[in-house]
Amino acid sequence: MVLNNIDKLIEKYNNAETSLKEEAQLRAYFKSNSVAPHLEHYKPLFQYFSMAQEEQYTKDVPLKPKNRTVFYQWISVAAVAILMLGILIPNWFGGPKTLADYSQEEQEMYLEAKEALAMLSNNFNQGTTSINTLNLASENFNVGLEKANHITEFSQTTNKLLKN
Amino acid sequence: MKQAAFVSLVMPFKDKVFRLAKRLLVSREEAEDATQEILLKLWRNKEKIGEYKNVEAFSMTMTKNFCLDRLKSKQAQNLKIIHSNYTDNNLSLQKQVEAKDSIDWVSKIMEELPEQQKIIVQLRDIEQYDFAEISKMLDMNETAIRVALSRARKTIRERLTNTHSYGIK
Repeated sequence: MVLNNIDKLIEKYNNAETSLKEEAQLRAYFKSNSVAPHLEHYKPLFQYFSMAQEEQYTKDVPLKPKNRTVFYQWISVAAVAILMLGILIPNWFGGPKTLADYSQEEQEMYLEAKEALAMLSNNFNQGTTSINTLNLASENFNVGLEKANHITEFSQTTNKLLKN
Repeated sequence: MKQAAFVSLVMPFKDKVFRLAKRLLVSREEAEDATQEILLKLWRNKEKIGEYKNVEAFSMTMTKNFCLDRLKSKQAQNLKIIHSNYTDNNLSLQKQVEAKDSIDWVSKIMEELPEQQKIIVQLRDIEQYDFAEISKMLDMNETAIRVALSRARKTIRERLTNTHSYGIK
């Protein structure tokens, strides 16, 4: 009688018409040791199902609150604001622009410094003119060397003539 | 939502997510990564979790989609995942070896099923969801699910009968 019932259930099971309750019944039947020989091959199937059900996920999942990223996003904004302030603040206070804006003393100092620098540059220019004379001298030397070359050529030809 | 509340919400079905992922991706490591990915996705959208009608069904759908994407992705094509979860079983009576062997056969047969049938068998026979829930998870109607399930069960039965009586008949 029970066997007959199980046979029917198996038939229904294969047509996917069993309810969850009936499937539980089948599972219980195949778990027991008294399985009819012609249904023996279903046994591993149902055993596998109950075995697969016991497998568990054991790894930990790192769940972190994400407040930090919000903080980092604002850092760039702050950096840009500081840069802009650095550029704009000197312009706002508008320091003296022309020579007339400075005090008498500062103007004098400026003129003195200017004079001193002008003298310095004059002396440098003198230095360069004296170097120019040196350049002229070296050019003359080069001309002299070329002439000396002529003489060596001449001496070579005279040597050849003498050998002959 | 606090972390503790989230964990207690996720706790009941995280194993189911893992088992479904393992059914599809075969390798244990891959399945663990997939589960972690799914749980982190849920955690990131924890503000919206109250809007979902059924978080468990929603997560199962997510898992299914994620795993199918994973199988389709290039990485999975280049890298063939090999099933190598060897367990140490020190009870070595012949009967147990045989039983273990035939159970392994079932898992091998299930690996050969098409992905959709694999998912349905996993959800129905292992996780024991009813058809209404499965149809919600997979976005299919119940008749289609019944047909696919019946086909899968018959395939498994056929292969199992063949291996069971191999060399006898």
